Amino acid sequence: MSAAHETVSPGSARAARYVIYAALIFLALVYLLPLYVMLSTSLKSLDEIRGGDMLALPGDPSIAAWVKAWGEACIGVSCVGIKGYFWNSIKMVVPAVVISTLLGALNGYVLTKWRFPGHKLVFGMMLFACFIPFQAVLIPMARLLGAAGLSNSTAGLVFVHVVYGLGFTTLFFRNYYEAFPDELVKAAMIDGAGFFKIFWRILLPSSGPIIVVTVIYQFTNIWNDFLFGVSFSSGEASPMTVALNNLVSSSTGVKEYNVDMAAAVFAALPTLFVYIVAGRYFVRGLMAGAVKG
Amino acid sequence: MSFLQIKNLRKKIGNVEVLKGIDIELEKGGFLVLVGPSGCGKSTLLNAIAGLLPLTSGDIVIDGQVVNDLHPSQRDIAMVFQSYALYPNMTVEENIAFALEMRGVAKEERAKAVAQVAKTLQIEHLLKRRPSQLSGGQRQRVAMGRALVRQPRVFLFDEPLSNLDAKLRVEVRAEIKALHQNTHATIVYVTHDQIEAMTLATKIVVLKEGMVQQVGTPAEIYNRPANLFVADFMGSPAMNMLKGKVTAGGGIALFGNGGVTVPMPPSISSALPAGKDVILGLRPEAITDDGLVDPTARAIAHVEAEVTMIEPTGSDTFVTGKIDGASFTARTRAEVVVELGQTFRFAFNLDKAVVFDPETGHRVV
Repeated sequence: MSAAHETVSPGSARAARYVIYAALIFLALVYLLPLYVMLSTSLKSLDEIRGGDMLALPGDPSIAAWVKAWGEACIGVSCVGIKGYFWNSIKMVVPAVVISTLLGALNGYVLTKWRFPGHKLVFGMMLFACFIPFQAVLIPMARLLGAAGLSNSTAGLVFVHVVYGLGFTTLFFRNYYEAFPDELVKAAMIDGAGFFKIFWRILLPSSGPIIVVTVIYQFTNIWNDFLFGVSFSSGEASPMTVALNNLVSSSTGVKEYNVDMAAAVFAALPTLFVYIVAGRYFVRGLMAGAVKG
Repeated sequence: MSFLQIKNLRKKIGNVEVLKGIDIELEKGGFLVLVGPSGCGKSTLLNAIAGLLPLTSGDIVIDGQVVNDLHPSQRDIAMVFQSYALYPNMTVEENIAFALEMRGVAKEERAKAVAQVAKTLQIEHLLKRRPSQLSGGQRQRVAMGRALVRQPRVFLFDEPLSNLDAKLRVEVRAEIKALHQNTHATIVYVTHDQIEAMTLATKIVVLKEGMVQQVGTPAEIYNRPANLFVADFMGSPAMNMLKGKVTAGGGIALFGNGGVTVPMPPSISSALPAGKDVILGLRPEAITDDGLVDPTARAIAHVEAEVTMIEPTGSDTFVTGKIDGASFTARTRAEVVVELGQTFRFAFNLDKAVVFDPETGHRVV
């Protein structure tokens, strides 16, 4: 035990610990409350919801609202549920994440291991791109997509997200590769590996932790994006977030809170899934042993 | 004709000239050690030979071929790095085979080559492990295996032992020496450790501030250092440097006015004009107690001096003596009775003396 602990009596240390845990548990509950309301509401019938007790457990849980949200709910004039838009989002987010992560890794590799005159300026400009507000690029981007024939298409959205994500992914990988030993690259050069061989065989396999971080970051951002989605797509080509908005704001007859909630949970599931699956691969120490440990 | 030639090599980094015209030749099968204090340019020179740094001017010739503009992989060299630089994502086997794989060697042949190298280095049981599962000494061995498997024309070692603990360092040093004796490989080896340089080299190059100070066999460097820097840098404890003046009788007067005049063997005194200021260099083992005097020595002087420090090493004892502000270190037998503050009778063996010009720092004789 360090000396700092000895100055605090065991009793007061324990009391402090109780206070800390109580505060943490309370805050966690506050944070989880909306999720609980969403889930329980989505499992209730409309009658029960109208009863007014938002925090009550569902009396007769039913997944009818989930089924409806997925396949039958009306978004605008078409009543086919959100499933089409869900796939739209998947088709947008997967390529956008893969491409922006790979390009970010490649940029980080070049900016640390194959430095060229002006590399700092290039990196600085990429960092700057991170701080340009989305709103500022909407109109130029719309013109560009129009000129490229990518308006209102998933490919167009992929392009926008790759361009916008590149600054961040480059930053992540550059900082990670900055600490990657140069001697490994030198050794690989002497061994006869070329530019891409070194990248594929040496750098990338050692990038597990940073790939996970980048993928989680990019996936969450792109999946949750609303502004680009609503600006550069419409109707059938919309991503999930836009469809969810349209579903909730479509006002024909009664407001089906349970269906809205179920759709919202669907919209949140993939990011949750990515955190749970990829979080496991946040393994530290993948680099141990490259140099003297 | 020499196998590795470095001709008037210069390297500028920014505005700083790191290497200022290096000329070195090494015969096939030679073991060249580049030694010098940190910042002397030895690692830069090694990286230049490897092709990892472009040259500013000069030539590097391997086996008659100018390799200046060849990519590192085409120079037929292999390098062992200070940090070992093992690929963390590959097993030991894959690490060793990587260079062969990059060169398109067939799988069976690779396996055969890896097996042979593993046998030589006794790392067969480690082949399936990853670098993170190895100890420092094992990693070092794998790094050597990665170099050996290629059978390159020249091996480059960049301070390969500096990350090992003292005991292991001595062991691996002996292994490298044995490896060189068995394979007759041509090796260029960088170190700042003068003992490594002495034990391993067939040829030592002492560098300082990007310039070659002396090239020679370990014995030449040790016994006949070209200047004060080399004399001071090589050997531990360092060589004693005593200011003196040449007397009319061909001896050297040391320790100012109240000092002693030591006689010089004729081979040295004949080259010294009387009245000249000089610096007399004597290694600690050339200053002993009476019992350790070399019976074949022709010029012995006895000097009485106050003892200011005693450092027993077990096998010998280093005794520091002081006269008139000038200190010197002697290597005496462990059994000798010395006491701090007492006067002790030191025996100077002047056969081993080297004499430097205090103005230029160069050796006179």
